[in-house]
Amino acid sequence: MNAVYPARSKQVAARMLGGEMMIMSPTDASLFNLNDVGSAIWNAADGRTSIDEIVARLCDEFEVTPEAARHDAETFVAELAAHGILHLSDQPIAPAGSGRQESI
Amino acid sequence: MTITATHELAIDIGGMPILVRTDSTEFAALLEDRYGSFIHAPSSDRIFSLDIELIPPRTVLEDEDVSVRIESGRWIMTRGDFRAEFDPRGGHGWVRQSANPYSIDGVLRILHSLFLAREGGFLVHAASAARKGRAFLFAGVSGAGKTTLSRLAPPDAEVLTDEISYVRPCPNGYEAFGTPFAGELARIGANLRAPLAALYLLVQGPENCIEPVDPAEAARAVLRNILFFAHDEELVHLVFQSVFDFVARVPVQRLVFTPDARVWELIV
Repeated sequence: MNAVYPARSKQVAARMLGGEMMIMSPTDASLFNLNDVGSAIWNAADGRTSIDEIVARLCDEFEVTPEAARHDAETFVAELAAHGILHLSDQPIAPAGSGRQESI
Repeated sequence: MTITATHELAIDIGGMPILVRTDSTEFAALLEDRYGSFIHAPSSDRIFSLDIELIPPRTVLEDEDVSVRIESGRWIMTRGDFRAEFDPRGGHGWVRQSANPYSIDGVLRILHSLFLAREGGFLVHAASAARKGRAFLFAGVSGAGKTTLSRLAPPDAEVLTDEISYVRPCPNGYEAFGTPFAGELARIGANLRAPLAALYLLVQGPENCIEPVDPAEAARAVLRNILFFAHDEELVHLVFQSVFDFVARVPVQRLVFTPDARVWELIV
């Protein structure tokens, strides 16, 4: 299977509040609340880090098996990509920035 | 579209009057009845206007969702029962619908949600009431108790709406406005405005009490209850930002209530 490099959309509306990441799709206004694992994947999705590397980081940071981490990462990335929140590439892409992400 | 209108009615919601023109006497009377105290006599300072073209009724599928898109700066609004366009620069638009109050009501909700998005405000699924000069919002999905709480309102509380609340920022916080957008109460709200004191998330429970809500839950709840129709990147960002500004400035708490009038002892 070819490597996949997820990258955050520049247009996404994202906000960290009280330790919870909230993201709204720029195209259909769908709202996503990310848990710790989702936030870790989101933060790693810089367009230069592959899914394989993200899975390895999840295994380091959370008590999770490689199989479960891969399943979580691939499912999460596919769902957000379907809403235009993440872009997927089969090779590293230019840094996508963090969108209009803020914390309060 | 230009019609030869013989009737003009200004429907003033949120201090933002929209002059509605129709050539049908019957439809004008229907609007006057539907919007009651929200109808004003036309005056020279009207900013927005809508021409209504009435067409014969047709079969409408209930699952025909509303669609709002922006093309060349114009707002294009469609639902099974209407088609409408509005030019926000010129402040003018038109609606093609049959002679019923629900279609124009849908158009007005969409227009006000778009107007408000650009002003830092929003329409939200919430009942609201004004009491002792302050407004309170009660947010929740269908069945959460918005209409029940509105029915239980004491004489010194004015129900602003039992279904769709109108919120706009003001220099000292936010204001809530009455709306004619009614739910099961089937009664338009009081046409007045008041500074917003709190938003309560409604939950029915064994006894009346107010519980704290953390900021993330507050933002999540408000976002999930907002009426927002346009799939437009700029507007999505504006509404998203507005909600976080709102929860930073307005107390958001959970109101657990039993369906009896004593719950209003907590709303002061």
